Amino acid sequence: MCTCSNSWFSWIAVRVLSKSGPLAVLTRFFFMLREGGIKPSITELLTLLEALKAGVAGTSVDDFYFLSRSCLVKDETLFDRFDQVFAAHFHGVEDAFRALVQDVPEDWLRKQAELLLSEEERARIEALGGFEKLMEALRDRLDQQQGRHEGGSKWIGTAGTSPFGAYGYNPEGVRIGQQGSRNRRAAKVWDRREYRNLDDQVELGTRNIKLALRKLRKFAREGAADLLDLDDTIDKTARNAGLLDIRMIPERHNAIKVLLCLDIGGSMDDHVRVCEEMFSAARSEFKHLEYFYFHNFIYESMWKDNRRRHAEKIPTSQITHKYGSDYKLVFVGDATMSPYEIVYPGGSVEHWNEEAGSVWIRRLLKTYPKAIWLNPEPRQRWDFTPSIKLTRELMDDRMFPLTVSGLDDGIRRLH
Amino acid sequence: MADKKFTGTSTYIATDDLMMAVNAAVTLQRPILVKGEPGTGKTQLAVEIATALGHPLFEWHIKSTTKAQQGLYDYDAVARLRDSQLGDDRVHDISNYIVRGKVWDAFESAVRPVLLIDEIDKADIEFPNDLLQELDRMEFFVYETKQLVKARHRPIIIITSNNEKELPDAFLRRCFFHYIRFPDKETMERIVDVHFPKLKKNLLREALEAFYRIRDVPGLKKKPSTSELLDWIKLLLAEDISPEALRSDDSRKAVPPMYGALLKNEQDVHLFEQLVFLDRRSRTQ
Repeated sequence: MCTCSNSWFSWIAVRVLSKSGPLAVLTRFFFMLREGGIKPSITELLTLLEALKAGVAGTSVDDFYFLSRSCLVKDETLFDRFDQVFAAHFHGVEDAFRALVQDVPEDWLRKQAELLLSEEERARIEALGGFEKLMEALRDRLDQQQGRHEGGSKWIGTAGTSPFGAYGYNPEGVRIGQQGSRNRRAAKVWDRREYRNLDDQVELGTRNIKLALRKLRKFAREGAADLLDLDDTIDKTARNAGLLDIRMIPERHNAIKVLLCLDIGGSMDDHVRVCEEMFSAARSEFKHLEYFYFHNFIYESMWKDNRRRHAEKIPTSQITHKYGSDYKLVFVGDATMSPYEIVYPGGSVEHWNEEAGSVWIRRLLKTYPKAIWLNPEPRQRWDFTPSIKLTRELMDDRMFPLTVSGLDDGIRRLH
Repeated sequence: MADKKFTGTSTYIATDDLMMAVNAAVTLQRPILVKGEPGTGKTQLAVEIATALGHPLFEWHIKSTTKAQQGLYDYDAVARLRDSQLGDDRVHDISNYIVRGKVWDAFESAVRPVLLIDEIDKADIEFPNDLLQELDRMEFFVYETKQLVKARHRPIIIITSNNEKELPDAFLRRCFFHYIRFPDKETMERIVDVHFPKLKKNLLREALEAFYRIRDVPGLKKKPSTSELLDWIKLLLAEDISPEALRSDDSRKAVPPMYGALLKNEQDVHLFEQLVFLDRRSRTQ
C-alpha cells in the first residue's frame, strides 16, 4: 500500500492533466482561495495548469505547494492566508491514496476508462477483475515502482503493459514522489505559517509599518492641478522642429490636512508610539499635521505635550475654531473604558467634566465630517466591549482596526 | 525541455521554493517577480541564473525617472534638431537618432538571454502597465522607423521589487511571484559556506549566533542582512578574530567586534549598546 504523503498529487494530476478530466479538485481549491480573501484570477489558474502540464512541479506536495503559491499569490502579505487555505484544503492528504480510491467518483473513473482505453485494454482489465482489480493493480504498480527506484521520484511507466500509462493521461500525471524526509520536512511548510507576520491583518509592527506608510503616502498624494512640464515641453518643441509645444502634467499636490488625536496613558502607549511614528514619518506628505492627546475619551480639552498635560490644556472648542472643517480627523484609541466615561457628565476618570464625552465627540464630528477612529483592539472584541460599541455608534461605524488593511479601509473613508 | 533546471550555483544557495518559481518561469517563458528584504540577493539571482544556465545577462536598473519607453528605445530628438541646424547629413535618416534600450538589446540576442529589470517599484506607478504588451508578446513597434522588433528568443525576465509601490494587478497576473524570506540558520550556514568554504566551523557558529542575536534585537531600524553578514565575516577573517571573541557569555566582549559592518545606523548602534549594557548589569547583580 502506498502511503506516501504526496500521492494525492497524482490524484490531482490524474484529474487535472487528463484532457477530459474534471478540474474539480483544483477549481475547488481555487474558489476556496478566493473565499479566503486571496483573489487569484482565471489567468493565474490557467498558468498553474500550464505549469503542471509542462511538468514543472516535480514529485511532491511541496513542489505543488511552491508552484501554486508562485502562480496564484502575488503578495507576500497573503502567504499566511494561502498557507491556511492550503492546509485546510489538503488536510489529511497523507492518506490520499485511499482517497484516490474512495473519493474519486467511481463512475468518473469508469467513464475515463471507457473514453480512453481501447477495447483490447478494457477487455484486459475486465479480465483482471474489473474496477476493484484495476485500482488494486494501480496500487501495486505504485508500490513496485517505489521499491525499484530507491526512493527516487520516477514516472509510472507508460509502457503498453501498464494500464495506467495506457489510460492516455499525460504520463507526467501519474507520478509518485519519494517518501523520504525531504517530503516530510516540506509538508510542514504551510503548517509552520512562517509568513504570519507579513499578514496585513495583524497589528502594526516595525515590519509592516512601511506598508502602512505607503498607504498613507498614497492618501496624501491625491488631488491635482496643472503644471508646466518643462522637460516634455522642450522635448516636444524639439520634435516639432522648434515650434513651441507646451506640455502640462498634473501636479503632485499635498493637500491633505490631518488632525491626529491620540489616546495616551496606560495600555495605549505602545500603540500611540507606533501611530505617532507612522504619521510623523509621513508628515512631509501632508500639508498640515497636528497632534493632540487625550485620555480615554474626548472632553472639553486636549493637550499637545504629554509631560505638561495638566499645565497646558487646549480647549477642544478652540481646536474646532482654529482648524477648519477641511481637516481630516483621526482618532487613535482602544475606546475601552466604562460607558459612563462616554455618556455621563462627570464620567471622566481624571477630572470633573461638565459635559459628557459623547457631546464633545459629536461636536468634533460635526466640524470634521471626514473622521475615522483607529482601534488597536482586535476586531473580535469590539462587540463585547460596551464602550467600543458605543464609540462605534458615535462614529457612525467609522472605526477601523489598527492594522495595515484597517488603515487602508479607514483612509478610503477619509476621502 | 531544452533548458537546464536552475538549482542554484556554487556561489548561490537557492531554496526549494525559489528553484520552483524560477524553473516555472523559465519553462513557461513568463517573467518572475522577486521581492524580499534588502540584501537577500534579489538582484544577484538574475546574475546567478544567467551563469547557471549559461545565458547572456542584460541588466536594466530602474530609477524614479525611468520611463518604460527607455527600455525599448529613445528617440534623441534634440540631437537631430541640433544636427539639422548644423546641416549634418545624418539628419535625413531618423534611425540615426534611435537609441536602443535594454529590452531591445535583449530581444536581439542570438541566444536566449536573461533580462533583469531591477527595482521596478522605483519607477512611476504606470511603468509596469506600460510594459505589459511588450512582456506578453515580446515585441514592440518603433513608430519613428515603422519597424517591428520581435524577440528572437523569449528572454528569461527577472523583475525585482522592494515593495515601495504596489504593482498593478494586470501586471502581477502575468508574472510568477517569489518572496525571498530571510534565510533561517540552516540555509544561512550553507550560504556562508559557499562564500567562505574554509571558514572554521566554530567561528561560523559563533558568528551566526551573534548575527541572529543582533537581528533579534527588537526595534532595530535596519536589521542586518545576508550581504552584511558576508561582509562582516570577511572582516572577521581579515582581522583574524577568534571564535571566543564572539561568545555572548564573555561579558567584556558582549558587543561583537566590527559590528559596524552589521549595524549601519547610529540609533541602532546606541540601542544595541544600551541593551548589552543592561544585560551586563543584570548579570553582575
